[in-house]
Amino acid sequence: MTFLFEQSFIGYLSHSWPWYIAGILIASVMVFLLFTGKHFGVSATLRAGCSALGAGKLSDFFHFDWKKAQGWNLLFILGGLIGGYIASTFLASPEPMEIGERTAEHIQSMGFSLPAASKDKISGMLPAEFTDTEFIFSLKGMSLLILGGFFVGFGTRYAGGCTSGHAISGLSDLQLPSLIAVIGFFIGGLTMTYLLMPLFF
Amino acid sequence: MRNTIFNIVKFVGLGIFFGIVMTKAEVISWYRIQEMFLFDNFHMYGVIGTAVVIGLISVQLMKKYKAKDINGREIKFEPKAFSVARYLFGGTIFGFGWAMTGACPGPMYTLVGHGYWAMLIVIASALFGTFIYGMVKSKLPH
Repeated sequence: MTFLFEQSFIGYLSHSWPWYIAGILIASVMVFLLFTGKHFGVSATLRAGCSALGAGKLSDFFHFDWKKAQGWNLLFILGGLIGGYIASTFLASPEPMEIGERTAEHIQSMGFSLPAASKDKISGMLPAEFTDTEFIFSLKGMSLLILGGFFVGFGTRYAGGCTSGHAISGLSDLQLPSLIAVIGFFIGGLTMTYLLMPLFF
Repeated sequence: MRNTIFNIVKFVGLGIFFGIVMTKAEVISWYRIQEMFLFDNFHMYGVIGTAVVIGLISVQLMKKYKAKDINGREIKFEPKAFSVARYLFGGTIFGFGWAMTGACPGPMYTLVGHGYWAMLIVIASALFGTFIYGMVKSKLPH
């Protein structure tokens, strides 16, 4: 019990949370949403975003009442953004993240830095390159961000969902399509990690 | 009016909770995603696995007891239309992007809250990707 007295509650929360706690809490978000009559699926906000930006004039796929159907989800991701601010400002871990040896070697060989401690409210969850304007505006950096984002937006809509919609909501409902989608996530992720990224980075 | 305010508090509040959980569980970290695809750490598998097990139990109980939502309507689970091509191809393309940016859609927004403004570029191109999908949808195998 001594740990409770040796550091504040906030200090305790600031360390990274174990996977089983995180898993339970993420499932509880899905359950709470179901009880509000909504289905957990974040990538739908991208379709709603296109609709809000006027894409409904060009394609029926975006011609729907986005406020009525997805307004709640846009509020939800606004909360997700605020939650990120709160957690990185008040609950930032004092130490840099620990990562596996193989991962450390792999990312360094591609020119990415190892985790740094949280500094100036930047949480250190991404390599320093992601805040380095020189990298961001380099050919490599821009292609990583632009192509990566494009694949996420195109792929999630083609597959009809992302990690929240398929891996968590879909598998919880024993949906075979979601299992196929998750297998796809790994085919893509492994090909990119083992073959394509080392080739270009 | 009261209803609108309640909705805002409810969904923004749940989102804040989700953002904090994703941050503290480090599932928004590019490093954790690299570890996951390199099979170098159990962490991500543990998080998603636990969420699915708890989710599965909850959903089965909700179905069995015909649970109702806060508006008194029965919670419905629509089965997804079966296909292989759509989920496999779409999933693979998403997997490329997940491994590159280390972010699926939820974490993108949370990382902006962390001050990683470069994620705005990722969100903008994800919107563009979704838009292009909408435009070429009828020409793709589904």
